[in-house]
Amino acid sequence: MIQVETLYKKFGKNEVLTGLDLHIQEGGIFAILGPNGSGKTTLIKAILGMVIPNKGKIAVLGKAVKNQWKYRHEIEYLPQIANFPGNLKVKELIRMIKDLRQKSSEEDKLVSMFGLEPFLDKKLATLSGGTKQKVNIVLTFMFDSPLIILDEPTTGLDPAALIRLKELIQKEKEKGKTILVTSHIMQFVEEVADEIVYLLEGKIYFKGSISELLEKTEQSDFEHAIAAITSPMSNA
Amino acid sequence: MTNLRGTLGALFLFITYFLSANTITVCASCEVKTIKKGILIASDFDTLLIKEGTYKEFNILVNKPLTLLGENFPVIDGEEQGEIIRIASDNVTIDGLFIINVGTSYTSDYAAIRVVKSENFLIQNVVLEKLFFGIYLEKSNNGKVYHNKIIGDAVDEYNSGNGIQLWYSKNVEVDRNIVQGVRDGIYLEFSDNITINNNQSTDNLRYGLHFMFSNDDVYTNNTFENNGAGVAVMFSKRIKMHNNVFRKNWGTAAFGMLLKEINDAEISDNTFEENTIGINIEGSNRIVYKNNSFIKNGWAVKVLGACYTNTFTNNNFLHNSFDISYNSKMNDNVFDQNYWSDYTGYDLDKNGIGDVPYRPVKLFSYIVNRTPETIVLLRSLFMDIIDFSEKVSPVFTPDNLLDANPLMKRMK
Amino acid sequence: MLKILKYSFYDLMRSRWSYVYFLFYLALGFVLLFLNNDVSKAVITLMNVIIVLVPLIGTIFGVMYYYNSKEFTELLLAQPIKRSSIFLGQYFGVAGSLTLSLVLGLGIPFVLYGLLKSDAIFDFTLLLVTGAFLTMIFTGLAFNIALSNENKIKGFGYAVLVWLFLAVVYDGLFLMSLIIFEEYPLDGFSLAATMFNPIDLSRTLILLKLDISALLGYTGAVFKQFFGTNSGLIISILMLSLWTVLPIWRLTFMAKRKDF
Repeated sequence: MIQVETLYKKFGKNEVLTGLDLHIQEGGIFAILGPNGSGKTTLIKAILGMVIPNKGKIAVLGKAVKNQWKYRHEIEYLPQIANFPGNLKVKELIRMIKDLRQKSSEEDKLVSMFGLEPFLDKKLATLSGGTKQKVNIVLTFMFDSPLIILDEPTTGLDPAALIRLKELIQKEKEKGKTILVTSHIMQFVEEVADEIVYLLEGKIYFKGSISELLEKTEQSDFEHAIAAITSPMSNA
Repeated sequence: MTNLRGTLGALFLFITYFLSANTITVCASCEVKTIKKGILIASDFDTLLIKEGTYKEFNILVNKPLTLLGENFPVIDGEEQGEIIRIASDNVTIDGLFIINVGTSYTSDYAAIRVVKSENFLIQNVVLEKLFFGIYLEKSNNGKVYHNKIIGDAVDEYNSGNGIQLWYSKNVEVDRNIVQGVRDGIYLEFSDNITINNNQSTDNLRYGLHFMFSNDDVYTNNTFENNGAGVAVMFSKRIKMHNNVFRKNWGTAAFGMLLKEINDAEISDNTFEENTIGINIEGSNRIVYKNNSFIKNGWAVKVLGACYTNTFTNNNFLHNSFDISYNSKMNDNVFDQNYWSDYTGYDLDKNGIGDVPYRPVKLFSYIVNRTPETIVLLRSLFMDIIDFSEKVSPVFTPDNLLDANPLMKRMK
Repeated sequence: MLKILKYSFYDLMRSRWSYVYFLFYLALGFVLLFLNNDVSKAVITLMNVIIVLVPLIGTIFGVMYYYNSKEFTELLLAQPIKRSSIFLGQYFGVAGSLTLSLVLGLGIPFVLYGLLKSDAIFDFTLLLVTGAFLTMIFTGLAFNIALSNENKIKGFGYAVLVWLFLAVVYDGLFLMSLIIFEEYPLDGFSLAATMFNPIDLSRTLILLKLDISALLGYTGAVFKQFFGTNSGLIISILMLSLWTVLPIWRLTFMAKRKDF
């Protein structure tokens, strides 16, 4: 699904990705984890073509992405911070994205799922953070694309919405889609992820299932395993 | 009885001689086929009726008081041989002729019609084309040049002549003529008491109207447009200039009016529109400018050299690039109660006169005088800023050069 | 690109600032015409406004819009849309709405005043065309500046500096160099220097209409050729077009290389 080869990226003097290699096969949920500033978002943005790598290759669905844009038809992206043009109404935003993608969508179902009907005629600037995030989720899941990238999808969600989100992710997975997700909520990751990709200092430090991770770190608890993942190295 | 009869007969002859003078018809199929022949056989005060047709003649000398009257504009073609008609007698009238192809010479000023030392002449309804000089009055007084049309095709100043030229002539009226495409439309030299009214002098190479050493002349209601320069008044006194229009005299040394060494003139109710320089003044004193309108000129008034006691009152200065330009720091001229479209002051007491004086000379006009290329910075914000600072505290411009009573509304 | 343009344009048409801008010009037009009753004077005042204010507003509005629509941009970047289309669409959205405000704001009072029948129509059209050019150019410059500066304050600062430089400082330096080198023939130089500043260029274009009588007073052959014939008009318009195209070209170039 996604091939990343020796990817380098620096912002000014700050080297964020240093020769990262990553292969993600089709189907399943992949959690991209790592400490703050480890390059998670940069990696995702590079895949989306928002960040231009200094070196290295990225291919999505077998095609190189450099200077391309059509491949984004196959990707749904949920950005980390749900910042939308403030003076648009929710309805208009949905209509606009639909208009831009020219694809069949099922936003009505999602809108009712997250109880957004009362907000459809409100301007985005007036919405709370959680509601914005719900809109964000609707925009992401309303199309049917083989690759879904979720950057901190849980931010600001109430428990009910969180449950719906998890259901949604599982449903998409069952359709055979590939889902990349980043999160700081380890419980959420543990629940949804099939595989963990752990980034450290611009490289993939660990890639494997949760059980493999527990085995490697000799921890019984996922959260502790993640916390401990770096310590053996610092000891080594 | 016989005696009486004889006396009566003589009287009759005398009367017919004067009052019912003969008319001699000239045409191709007539007995008299040429104008020269007609003049030869004519008696004093006869009329030569010249019928429609082409007469290839030149050096026609009118040496007796005759009327040359053209019917349907007969053409007199000089075939570029030289002068065409010379009037050397008092009381000659030329009317309704179409004269073409005057000879060009570098040594003598060939004219279509030349009047020499004659009085009481009348030249009217004459059309001149392909000419060198048009109507040339030489030491001839008390005549009239009325309603003629002079169309030249002059290209260079050195081999072209003037449309109407007066030389040592007095009391002549030049009225309702159209002059274009010659060197100077109307040229006066040593000619006093001339009235020039209702003429249109356009597209001439040099000046529309040109005065040299001529005094006490008046010109009114004339239009001068698109000439090399509009009107040049030089070394003359007491000239009155009223109700004339000076338009579109564009170019490096082009102006609506040039005054050079002129004293005691009156300039009123004229319109200067879209000239590079409206009036260019050099060494001219005691001139009254009143009720003139200066519209969209490059420089409305450009003052060079010593000019004293001139007064500008009740004039309109509308949208000129520069209203007044001086090249010295001294000012002895008065500007009072003019309307300036650039004036931005206020009138709190509502008396129609602005409460703050207007300074018509911009610092920028000094800069342009010094470095002409800076003209490309005209109307730039930077220039506006330095003009404003100069206005607040004059350093380079004469500080008494101001209109203390600028009008709030333009003069009608 | 047209879709982005459409959305940016609608977005702006609804924003308060477009109205403020539009109403400002509307008010200016009415005040100038109906309190003054002198079309020529109105045209001259408008010219001053256009060559100073339009660039300033274009710059500030461009920078502001770019920073304010960052979220929108990021949203779009993840969509299957070509990058250059996003930025060009936004650029034309801003430039278009500003131009529309200008043309309508000034046009309405002039039409109501009966300008269509007066001879000032050509001068006035020229003013509007120049205003449109300046809006395009300075919005383009603003986008370039904003795109090159992540820091909002810095971006604003640079944008205002660029405006200040082109509107005032440039002419000061220009004047000084003309005076210093006054012994040399300068007409070629002064025309060239005019070409390098879009504000001067627009001013020249308007001078050709308003002050042709004064411009023809200068003796230089290059000036005569430039101002005396149509070549001045043609060259100025060509240069203005070039000035419009360059920032747009750099914008697409930069857009391809920038990270978000």
